Amino acid sequence: MTISPTAPVGTAPAPLPVEPPTGCPFDPPTAFGALRTEEPISRIALPDGSWAWLATRYSDIRAILGDTRFSSDTTLHGYPLSGMTGGGNTQNRGFIRMDPPEHTRLRRMVTREFMVKRVEALRPEIQRITDELCDEMARGQGPVDLVEALALPVPSLVISLLLGVPYDDHEVFQRLTGTLLSRTVPDDEREAARVELRDYLDQLVTAKEADPGDDILGRLITEQQQTGEITHDEVAAFAALLLIAGHETTANMIGLSALTLMRDPESAARLRQDPGLIRGAVEELLRFHSIIRNGPRRVATADIEIDGHLIRAGEGVVAAVPSANRDESVFADADRLDICRPNAQHHVAFGYGIHQCLGQALARVELQVVIGTLLRRFPTLRPAVPVDEIPFRTDMAIYGCHALPVTW
Amino acid sequence: MKITLDADKCCGAGQCVLVAPEVFDQRDEDGIVVLLDAEPPAEQHDAVREAAAICPAAVIEVH
Ligand code: HEM
Ligand code: SF4
Repeated sequence: MTISPTAPVGTAPAPLPVEPPTGCPFDPPTAFGALRTEEPISRIALPDGSWAWLATRYSDIRAILGDTRFSSDTTLHGYPLSGMTGGGNTQNRGFIRMDPPEHTRLRRMVTREFMVKRVEALRPEIQRITDELCDEMARGQGPVDLVEALALPVPSLVISLLLGVPYDDHEVFQRLTGTLLSRTVPDDEREAARVELRDYLDQLVTAKEADPGDDILGRLITEQQQTGEITHDEVAAFAALLLIAGHETTANMIGLSALTLMRDPESAARLRQDPGLIRGAVEELLRFHSIIRNGPRRVATADIEIDGHLIRAGEGVVAAVPSANRDESVFADADRLDICRPNAQHHVAFGYGIHQCLGQALARVELQVVIGTLLRRFPTLRPAVPVDEIPFRTDMAIYGCHALPVTW
Repeated sequence: MKITLDADKCCGAGQCVLVAPEVFDQRDEDGIVVLLDAEPPAEQHDAVREAAAICPAAVIEVH
């Protein structure tokens, strides 16, 4: 096996590809296909002039994300923070930006809250929330913005309820999350949003310390904070991570999934006829859309060889999940949406390794319920504008539609 | 088939429970994997192998 030189050479690398191919808003950037076959471990330029490795193959991405020597600790020298959204702050960060043993300790405090049977028990409540929003949609007449009417409120309502965050504050946290996850807002604006969210959650946690409530934040306060395992600020960091990760992601998956099924009447008809297929279809939609477009990112803490490339300690890596999920060596005819694809669940849309999405069971049930309900209740649902007029989120770390005007 | 678990590595993602609910469950107190059946019948074998393949933390070993 040849080990290629790793020092940056002559030609300047290109930035991370983010634009979908012209006319194909559902496909990942074209560049990934060629990179997978010709240069699976390549280099990209980051906005501050530094660079990072870009991994594009499924097997390499599983190898990187499955190896804890690739660190998630954003305070380590060489971590590729530049161009990452969510704010460059490194203080009081959530466990998504930590390594074991801290990561393990903190994640295990909330794992039970999102385990499969807990989430299954919530299904009727998620169905009720979805039905109410659909009732309201049906009372009006199209066109409506499906993002605002359904895709964003369902996961926002559910995560607010679980955490014990007043839903009346949804405008505050939705607006701040939007700013935090934008690739195009200036750094000072993003920093201001981070401070505003921190202050908001700080006050919320203070209020809950006085009156904890039977919810995730309440339980963290009574079982972990009051026993001295974690601090007030750490409870607030849990709240920030779960609130942000818990609504924007699923919201965008709902929008994109609804739009693809509106444009694929054959698959929609099959799902309507046999709702038992919805579970598998959701896995395929997760694979196909791979909405996380800006990472996950890691920094190597040792010299590690991946696919014949030596990645040196202190070098950053960006794992292109959308590329891994279109890797033909794992998913036959990978650019086709096949709602019955047998190995769809092998996707890495939720990441891989110890940081694999904590909220995946919840996201799955939300998607299953919302997609099933939309298909049943709005069989004639269709976009109210031509697809090229839909504003796609190429400016955001999480792909999707900013708005999705529909009628029926 | 005999299954062993390295539960210390488990991150509680629950993929195994989705794929093979008759073989895997999660502990009530912390969401960590528990084995319901260490030597499952033949009709479970495919599901168990699938669970081992998609477990993100390489917890499940099939012998
Ligand atoms: C379709 C929806 C979703 C997608 C595609 C998604 C994707 C991801 C990905 C790729 C990661 C890995 C990050 C990394 O390795 O650095 C992750 C982590 C995480 N996700 Fe999700 N997610 C979704 C929904 C949710 C929901 C509903 C929650 C609810 C609370 C959530 C909470 C988290 C948390 C807490 C982490 C950090 C886990 C850790 O670092 O151990 N996500 N998610
Ligand atoms: S799939 Fe693996 S990490 Fe997830 S709960 Fe099962 S054993 Fe644990």
